[in-house]
Amino acid sequence: MAVLVEADRLRKSFGPILAVEDISLRVEKGEVLGFLGPNGAGKSTTMKMLTGFLEPDAGRARICGISVADRPKEAKSKLGYLPEGAPAYGDMTARSFLNFIAEVRGFDGASKHAHVDAALARTGLEGVASQRIETLSKGYKRRVGLAQAILHDPEVLIMDEPTDGLDPNQKHHVRGLITEMAKDKAIIVSTHILEEVEAVCTRAIVIDRGRIVADGTAEALQRRMPYHNAVAVRIAAAEVERVAGALAALAGVAKVERAEVVNGHIRLRALPKPGAAIAADVGALLRDQSIIVEELVVERGKLDDVFREITTSSEGARHA
Amino acid sequence: MRNIWIVTKRELGAYFGTPLAYVFAVIFVALTGAFAFFIGNFFERGQADLQPFFNYHPWLYLLLVPAIAMRLWAEERKAGTIELLMTLPISTWEAIIGKFLAAWIFIGIALALTFPMWITVNVLGNPDNGVILASYFGSFLMAGAFLAIGSCVSALTKNQVIAFIVAATICFLLVMSGLELVLGFFRGWAPAFIVDAIASMSFLNHFELISRGVITLPSLFFYFSIIAFFLFANVVIVEQRKAA
Repeated sequence: MAVLVEADRLRKSFGPILAVEDISLRVEKGEVLGFLGPNGAGKSTTMKMLTGFLEPDAGRARICGISVADRPKEAKSKLGYLPEGAPAYGDMTARSFLNFIAEVRGFDGASKHAHVDAALARTGLEGVASQRIETLSKGYKRRVGLAQAILHDPEVLIMDEPTDGLDPNQKHHVRGLITEMAKDKAIIVSTHILEEVEAVCTRAIVIDRGRIVADGTAEALQRRMPYHNAVAVRIAAAEVERVAGALAALAGVAKVERAEVVNGHIRLRALPKPGAAIAADVGALLRDQSIIVEELVVERGKLDDVFREITTSSEGARHA
Repeated sequence: MRNIWIVTKRELGAYFGTPLAYVFAVIFVALTGAFAFFIGNFFERGQADLQPFFNYHPWLYLLLVPAIAMRLWAEERKAGTIELLMTLPISTWEAIIGKFLAAWIFIGIALALTFPMWITVNVLGNPDNGVILASYFGSFLMAGAFLAIGSCVSALTKNQVIAFIVAATICFLLVMSGLELVLGFFRGWAPAFIVDAIASMSFLNHFELISRGVITLPSLFFYFSIIAFFLFANVVIVEQRKAA
């Protein structure tokens, strides 16, 4: 597969603040890479270096094999970029703004209008095309930014928090758009909303304090969680000792946790040993012992927890 | 070239898409006229020329050109659109020249709208139209120099008010450097060539020459080098500070 985005040991500091310490990554065609990290982790700075807005202090970035530092115009022409907050010239109408972008992207005459119309249609902006951008709602403004980024059908699409501040319908629409475009582009999306990674990304990178602290699929990140594949059962409080003992005796179970008693029921959570799948065993056990189960859930491990674990543990490691 | 023109076109559209253009043009035309008639004694002088009209241009530009220039880059930085502009396949110098040209053309339009003055003086007498043309040209060049300074200063800050005040101050000093008020301060102790050097930096002296119909190479060179220098500084500043 073609590698469309390459970053090689990028580093950037602003005065005494080291924003990006050492980031290397590669994104191939067809991939949607999620950039995760707490605020101030260096996500935006990395994107600004990839898009040529900022020059890195060290390291280099390539778009479609073209060095951003050496041939910025060519690299930028392969790229669609939605900066954080989707800035646009507020005193222009959506259509005239996109006309401007199309001209800069080298389209003229009929092909210019075709591209602008296509971008307006794709982002659902036809109805407000002749309104001034500053009069549009936040969701529409974001779509103008998106339209601007995808207008020339770029091979590489970099979006800084594309769904930030949108309502659920708008988020859904934007994610649909990303998925739709994914197969013939390399896309990088930064976010701190983890559900988004599950929804659209084929791969995720977690950045913390200017370094990559995790890299893998959403599934692989979840697997890092202790609760991944844990089985939770809700049973009558009276049976708790018997069930807990039986669960702990199962071969694949590492540990059994119990929660508080609520309305005469209690929740037990059996944590698997690494790599073990215990759901079937737990099911068989409960059936054999004829225990009445109110609820049984196989837990996936929330990405939120993964995120917290990864970013706080790296903090701990750094302080140590 | 294509990119420069695209940026210029967008900027010009932005001027005329907001009340800014109309307010500026009306005030410029009204003030130049008012100065010429009431302070310059256009009628009382009994001479068919536009001297009293052009004499006040430097002072008007001092106020009005920084007002046009202040938004050029400060607004882009404040609104974050600079990130958009600088990640499009346009080079920094193309963006800077494009924006500068748009503002300059716009001031040129405002200047052209003072044509009733020219008609008036031609109705009243037989002025030397060559001199008037040269004066218009000189006035336009001077506006360009003010504008380049303002554009450069505007790139230094996100705050348009600061951009305005700093640009107006720099322009004020450059205008004043030809007046006896400033030169007299140096004449007492500085060698003659330093006094001459300071005087030669004066917008006023060069403009006076041109508005008498004398277009000399040094004057042209002076204005164009001011424009080139400040636009170059503008490129450096935008490159350095675009993200700050």
